[in-house]
Amino acid sequence: MMSWRQRSKAERARQAGERLHRFHGGLRLQHYKKISCEVPVQRAALPPRLFVPLLQHTGRAAEATVSEGQHVLKGEQIGCFKQLGSGGVHAPTSGTVSAIVRHPISHPAGEDGRCIVIRPDGLDQWLEPEPVKDWQSADPETLLQCIRHSGIVGLGGAMFPTAYKVQAASERGIHTLVLNGSECEPYISCDEMLMREQPDSIVLGARILQKAVGAERTLIAIEDQMGAVHQALQGAVDRSGAAHISIVKVTTIYPEGGEKQLIQVLTGLEVPSGGRPADLGLLCQNVATATAVARAVTEGKPLVERIVTVTGSGVRSPRNLLAAIGTPVSNLVDQCGGYQPGAARLVLGGPMMGYPLASDSNPVTKAANCILVLNEDEIRQPQAEMPCIRCGECARVCPALLLPQQLDRFIRAQKWEEARSGGLKDCIECGCCDFVCPSHIPLVEWFRFGKSTLQELASGKQRANVARERFEARAERLEKNKLLRKQRIAEKKKALRADTGKQEKIAEAIERVRKRRENSE
Amino acid sequence: MLTAIFSIAILGSLFGLGLGWAARKFHVESDPVVQQIDAILPQTQCGQCNFPGCRPYAEAIAAGDAPINQCPPGGEAGVKALADLLGLDPMPLNPENGAEEAATVALIDEQTCIGCTLCIQACPVDAILGAPKLMHTVIADECTGCDLCLPPCPVDCIEMIVRPRQDGKWAWPKPAASAVPVDMQTGAA
Repeated sequence: MMSWRQRSKAERARQAGERLHRFHGGLRLQHYKKISCEVPVQRAALPPRLFVPLLQHTGRAAEATVSEGQHVLKGEQIGCFKQLGSGGVHAPTSGTVSAIVRHPISHPAGEDGRCIVIRPDGLDQWLEPEPVKDWQSADPETLLQCIRHSGIVGLGGAMFPTAYKVQAASERGIHTLVLNGSECEPYISCDEMLMREQPDSIVLGARILQKAVGAERTLIAIEDQMGAVHQALQGAVDRSGAAHISIVKVTTIYPEGGEKQLIQVLTGLEVPSGGRPADLGLLCQNVATATAVARAVTEGKPLVERIVTVTGSGVRSPRNLLAAIGTPVSNLVDQCGGYQPGAARLVLGGPMMGYPLASDSNPVTKAANCILVLNEDEIRQPQAEMPCIRCGECARVCPALLLPQQLDRFIRAQKWEEARSGGLKDCIECGCCDFVCPSHIPLVEWFRFGKSTLQELASGKQRANVARERFEARAERLEKNKLLRKQRIAEKKKALRADTGKQEKIAEAIERVRKRRENSE
Repeated sequence: MLTAIFSIAILGSLFGLGLGWAARKFHVESDPVVQQIDAILPQTQCGQCNFPGCRPYAEAIAAGDAPINQCPPGGEAGVKALADLLGLDPMPLNPENGAEEAATVALIDEQTCIGCTLCIQACPVDAILGAPKLMHTVIADECTGCDLCLPPCPVDCIEMIVRPRQDGKWAWPKPAASAVPVDMQTGAA
């Protein structure tokens, strides 16, 4: 029996998008999006060598399924996952696998990861595609299977396997699918360009996803400052004739494109701490993920390329490029006219949540939405960190309703339990608190460190529990073996005693030995 | 006079019955202290504390037979947690039991292993797999890094290596030293 409070919550979730709400905090930022939106999306030329990372989604790296020297076709699976039911990594073009090596991958630590190096043969020949025949009458499981085998992950940046997310959500029951087109970080415009240029593909993907998850309707959320996008999408919806797809313009306040923030804007409800939007009956997917789904299901083509924004004042002609996964960043920058003389920093992602790349030889991954090159004078100069003055600005802008100043203290004092109960895990690392801190405290750095430590502590606890169980099981087994041994010996002795024939023989033998001894004496 | 005694006695017995019933009905199963101590110990089962495993050490601590600073794998943090739990003063680790080191796992050199099964018998958590005269191997995920398999090995083919990190499991480093005064960092928050 649902309480009236729960019922009203469920009702409000169902009315998502009818009335817009606000989330706490956030920032109004300069966009800098126009500079990369002036030319249409172009296909990037293939580099001489592609470095396809095997680690391309949250969790463990994939295992290579090809060997050196092997010829692969575009779309052929080259890496597979054993966990989470994600489909793996596919060859972004046809060519020869020249090596499987460790190479710098796009990773905040600037670490190396295993990459499959492919030398393109220039033919760009597809593997025979196997689309889902007539997706409209296919059952959800077939659609999910197709999404799974196409290696589709969330293209908004989280890289969470889409099939897994959709499956987990549909088990909870979903009434509304939300396509997230509100690209809130400054500079990034790949989703905007995608919505302008391929609205039909997005709408098709939306219909497929809606069917796969069993939702009643779809909302496509875009920002209110995206002028041309609304028309393009509306046109595509009208053309498709699909009912139950509506477009919602949300106010541009960073970070309204965050999944939980967007849900809050649409429904006025908070996604519970540690929960997912599916708890409210909503599923959130990025618009680019929807096009990938459409291509996988209707054309049978796995995810092997994505649109990347190459922008910033450090690039000669900023634009959006359709790049094969594994293309080195340097290659993309070259196709945008190269670096400006004053270029000083290379960032993967946006200026708020992205991280600096150590080298431009890093390959593009499925999550690489933006390559930002900043000039010397645009970089915030490192400022000496000052003590916290408890002004509370960070708490005022925090979209997750946390108290960053408190969390910072807990983490520095290694009070992990307090940090956890203070909601550290709910931090989305949006960087708003960092941005407004008058004391220049690198709060997000501390929160990332704190979150890592919490995770480590939890996995240590888990390992300890496993070890305890195994130790106890072993002790029990040893005890049992000991008892069994004792029992066996007792039984043998008993059997010996019972057998009179044997008893006599033993008596005879003893007698014989005794006699011999006497004789010898 | 009699009525008073009588009524008080009846009231007393009624309340007594009520309380007795409530004590049974609303009984809260509290974690025995041994279990709470055991939950803090790292479950390495290494025996560095001079007890044959974490559970026996937990029992000894609970009985007051052992100090709380004999567990090097648990480290200073472990001592502090135990002190908090038991209301004792934290103390430094006893160096006689060993020093706190990075987590390790055993690795068997498969070329040298002769398949004697001695390490299998020594492993407290059954993390070594093998059969007589066949090569043995360590299940790294289950290994606690207790070093107990090292002494019995007749050919010294086991090595302790730093626990390898999974690809993708990456921890953010602690931010560089800050200008915040030390007393504020560790002050009661």
